[in-house]
Amino acid sequence: MIERHESIVVTTFVRLAVPLAQLFGLYVLVHGHESPGGGFQAGVILAGSYIMLALGLGHETLTRHVDEPRWMALAAAGVLLYVAAGLAGLPRGAFLDYAGLPVNGVRARWLGILLIETGVTLAVTTTLVVIFCRLAARERAS
Amino acid sequence: MSDLLLAALLVLLVVVALAAVRADDLLIAVLALGAYGFVMALTWAAIGAADVSFTEAVVGAGATTVFMLAALLRTTRRRSPAAPGLRWAVLVVVAVVGVQLLGLMAAMPPWGDPAAPAAVHVSPRYLADVLRETGTPNAVTAVLADYRSYDTLIETVVIFTAGVGCWLLLARAHR
Repeated sequence: MIERHESIVVTTFVRLAVPLAQLFGLYVLVHGHESPGGGFQAGVILAGSYIMLALGLGHETLTRHVDEPRWMALAAAGVLLYVAAGLAGLPRGAFLDYAGLPVNGVRARWLGILLIETGVTLAVTTTLVVIFCRLAARERAS
Repeated sequence: MSDLLLAALLVLLVVVALAAVRADDLLIAVLALGAYGFVMALTWAAIGAADVSFTEAVVGAGATTVFMLAALLRTTRRRSPAAPGLRWAVLVVVAVVGVQLLGLMAAMPPWGDPAAPAAVHVSPRYLADVLRETGTPNAVTAVLADYRSYDTLIETVVIFTAGVGCWLLLARAHR
């Protein structure tokens, strides 16, 4: 089990850095159209912020925030959001053809990209955090 | 200068890779592997592949290192000794595959070749039309999330499946 770090410098830094990292993760998600990054990278950064929380404030702090079955359901919701964004275009086009989204012109594709990237972020964040939770749950058995 | 930087990064890449393979303490091996991911990210950045560099930095240098450290917490830092016969078998396999890879590399188009198959197939069409068609200046995002969104959908399903698999396996180990 990862204990809370005893140094106040570390815990204070983690308290400050976690929200900043999460803000940056969201920025990477919504700014993926314009700059390097996108849903996947944003998901890993968000997951990293939770892992940092566990490393600094202890595993218990992380498990207080992470209900594993619910988070795996969120991962499934991310995949389903992706599929739903694909299906939304179906009546007026093909699967994953965002031209069918109820927005005019090129903004429809822009919106479609944002929707599926959000799904990817949701799936990646929750999956990585849950794997870390399980992996770090207990130290070696012997 | 750029060539020199790239050469230095590639040399560093080999050095940290050797350090990761040679280390007896697996903690050092994992940290060397993290450094490998970071140098790899710098290499991608040096040749202008910003999106790949970003992914390598967060996944190769970040997430996998943390996961392996967590795995070490649950197992042991000591490397189990390899059987001598196995080492020779590995050397033979690596030599054969390595020679073949080097031979294949000679047949690859040079880096940045505008006449390379990858650069003349659909890439020019994407680059020319991406802004008009998707309103997305970052062509990499447009290709991943729009032109090739089926690939990304399946990748997301793979990540989810891997997550469910790890979750179930590691949950069972506790009981």
